[in-house]
Amino acid sequence: MSRKVLVLGEVRDGSLRNVSFEAIAAAKTIAEGGEVVGVLAGEAVSALGIELVQYGADRVVVVENDKLKQYTSDGFAQALLAVVDQEKPEGLVVGHTALGKDLAPRIAGKLSSGLISDAVAVEAAGGNIVFTRPIYSGKAFEKKIVTDGLIFATVRPNNIAPLAKDESRSGEVASLSVDIKDLRAIIKEVVRKASEGVDLSEAKVVISGGRGVKSAEGFEPLKELAAVLGGAVGASRGACDADYCDYSLQIGQTGKVVTPDLYIACGISGAIQHLAGMSNSKVIVAINKDPEANIFKIADYGIVGDLFEVVPLLTEEFKKLKVHS
Amino acid sequence: MTMNIFVLMKRTFDTEEKVVLKGGKINEDGAEFIINPYDEYAIEEAIQVRDANGGEVTVISVGGEETEKQLRTALAMGADKAVLINTEDDVENADQFTTAKILGEFLKDKDADLIIGGNVAIDGGTGQVGPRVAELLNIPYVTTITKLEINGSSVTVTRDVEGDSEIIETSLPLLVTAQQGLNEPRYPSLPGIMKAKKKPLDELELDDLDLEEDDVEAKTKTIEIYLPPKKEAGKVLAGDLNDQVKELVQLLHTEAKVI
Ligand SMILES: Cc1cc2nc3c(=O)[nH]c(=O)nc-3n(C[C@H](O)[C@H](O)[C@H](O)COP(=O)(O)OP(=O)(O)OC[C@H]3O[C@@H](n4cnc5c(N)ncnc54)[C@H](O)[C@@H]3O)c2cc1C
Ligand SMILES: Cc1cc2nc3c(=O)[nH]c(=O)nc-3n(C[C@H](O)[C@H](O)[C@H](O)COP(=O)(O)OP(=O)(O)OC[C@H]3O[C@@H](n4cnc5c(N)ncnc54)[C@H](O)[C@@H]3O)c2cc1C
Repeated sequence: MSRKVLVLGEVRDGSLRNVSFEAIAAAKTIAEGGEVVGVLAGEAVSALGIELVQYGADRVVVVENDKLKQYTSDGFAQALLAVVDQEKPEGLVVGHTALGKDLAPRIAGKLSSGLISDAVAVEAAGGNIVFTRPIYSGKAFEKKIVTDGLIFATVRPNNIAPLAKDESRSGEVASLSVDIKDLRAIIKEVVRKASEGVDLSEAKVVISGGRGVKSAEGFEPLKELAAVLGGAVGASRGACDADYCDYSLQIGQTGKVVTPDLYIACGISGAIQHLAGMSNSKVIVAINKDPEANIFKIADYGIVGDLFEVVPLLTEEFKKLKVHS
Repeated sequence: MTMNIFVLMKRTFDTEEKVVLKGGKINEDGAEFIINPYDEYAIEEAIQVRDANGGEVTVISVGGEETEKQLRTALAMGADKAVLINTEDDVENADQFTTAKILGEFLKDKDADLIIGGNVAIDGGTGQVGPRVAELLNIPYVTTITKLEINGSSVTVTRDVEGDSEIIETSLPLLVTAQQGLNEPRYPSLPGIMKAKKKPLDELELDDLDLEEDDVEAKTKTIEIYLPPKKEAGKVLAGDLNDQVKELVQLLHTEAKVI
């Protein structure tokens, strides 16, 4: 059964986030041969429409309005619902980002539909579209289907492979004018703390520091390693609580959930709440001076040693590797 | 202005516990159940707002009879009233649509000024219930908040957005969901625990909300639950530190192929 599926593209600092391309790949699976329609909402975003097409969307609907300059749930809900109303899709996919987590349940509420949040995989199986999602803080997984109405899901960044970009693809980028009214919550100010460098939740490599880094300066060698690998720096709550870094870097049950290809934990003991945010990473490396540290139980590779010796050596070694390849 | 405050509270499996399957389901026998940690922030915030403005805090939960225990804890922390909407006999398959619909029906004629929930339940993990309830009640909401300031009917909240902070202006009635950092939840005091025994804990069923089982029928269904494959103990390298580092880089490059 083929379906029409909408995908909301998410724009951050003038570019589309990778999770939007991953969402298109998920939408293709849900569509089972049907049409995948990208949706963009913002102040001036139509130029990005073609990129959604190059990643697999068949066409794009853009809602431009100066009231959509910043994300607000009221503004974006009106925009997305107007597109839903025009297109009457059978499926809808949004990234499981701060925006998606805030917006998608409201859309689902408005449409009286189900919503499968935080999907890490999607497949067509036995006549159903089956989503896989982590539950119990990542200690178990469930497979879920929609039994009534719209097939609506949010997808966790970094888990569903995007299609290869094809610059020869073309498709219509049409605009839809929506009268956005009644914003009941207004953003007065944005205090940026997290947005320097690579986006933590989408990074392919994360170098994380714990209380073992001992000071704010202690994060420097980690930053150098991250720079060499094109990765992002993260932290345990231990490091955040000790003021070695900002809470925006915290990974874990109460921080961000990350699933990079490579996670290097430096001076982190491996408390259960930390594992909740990173245990599904593809490859985990632990550097800790305590051979009994819990982090070694879930690490693929471990080095028992002083991170201040090991991390700079690693940086040098990776530099050599980059030169050779 | 006295405030009519509601807290949405979920009883959750303590995910620090080992998760085991039994008959294809999460085995709950003997497991520890707690107030969802984010809902503890919600309860604390509600108490503080009440103490600053006057009013009343009612904690509501959709669940089974065992949820009384967590509701009593909320009362012992300082909430004034608790309501359990007991779905045990009526609802077989529930999802977030179900829970939100029930909460929305209960709240629709309560003239709530402020509704506070957690931003996510650590077991189910969707974060859907708060925004869904706000949508049903047609009131504004702000998720993952770390600060709440109320001034008459206008409200300033700080919202955590993937580590950045947004300062948002909005107004009552309002629904917010709590993020870590909002406050430090108090522990119930001994006098608090004694007082809680006498505070009202009402129990309702779908009937009392004029809801039929069909009205709250789940829109999604879990078809399988499984545990991730157990990770084999990793490889702890040995030898001279320089060699270990070289070996690690080689392993990441050629064996794990992530670099
Ligand atoms: C409700 C709740 C929620 C929580 N949420 C989170 C969360 O989201 N994220 C999170 O991370 N934590 C969270 N925690 C806290 C968690 O329980 C731990 O306290 C925290 O993760 C510990 O941080 P750490 O590993 O950096 O510190 P520690 O446990 O102190 O570990 C430091 C490690 O560094 C090693 N070390 C020291 N010096 C060196 C050196 N020179 N070289 C190499 N290794 C060295 C030590 O051997 C030790 O293993 C939460 C706790 C609670 C109760
Ligand atoms: C009888 C019964 C049968 C169920 N069957 C299934 C099933 O078959 N499949 C399945 O997936 N789930 C089932 N559930 C679980 C239930 O559908 C979800 O756990 C619930 O909808 C909350 O979703 P969540 O855990 O994602 O919470 P989130 O949306 O992540 O919770 C966010 C916040 O919403 C509020 N909240 C959440 N739940 C409640 C609640 N119950 N009462 C008050 N406030 C709440 C809290 O403030 C919480 O912090 C069942 C539950 C019951 C009671």
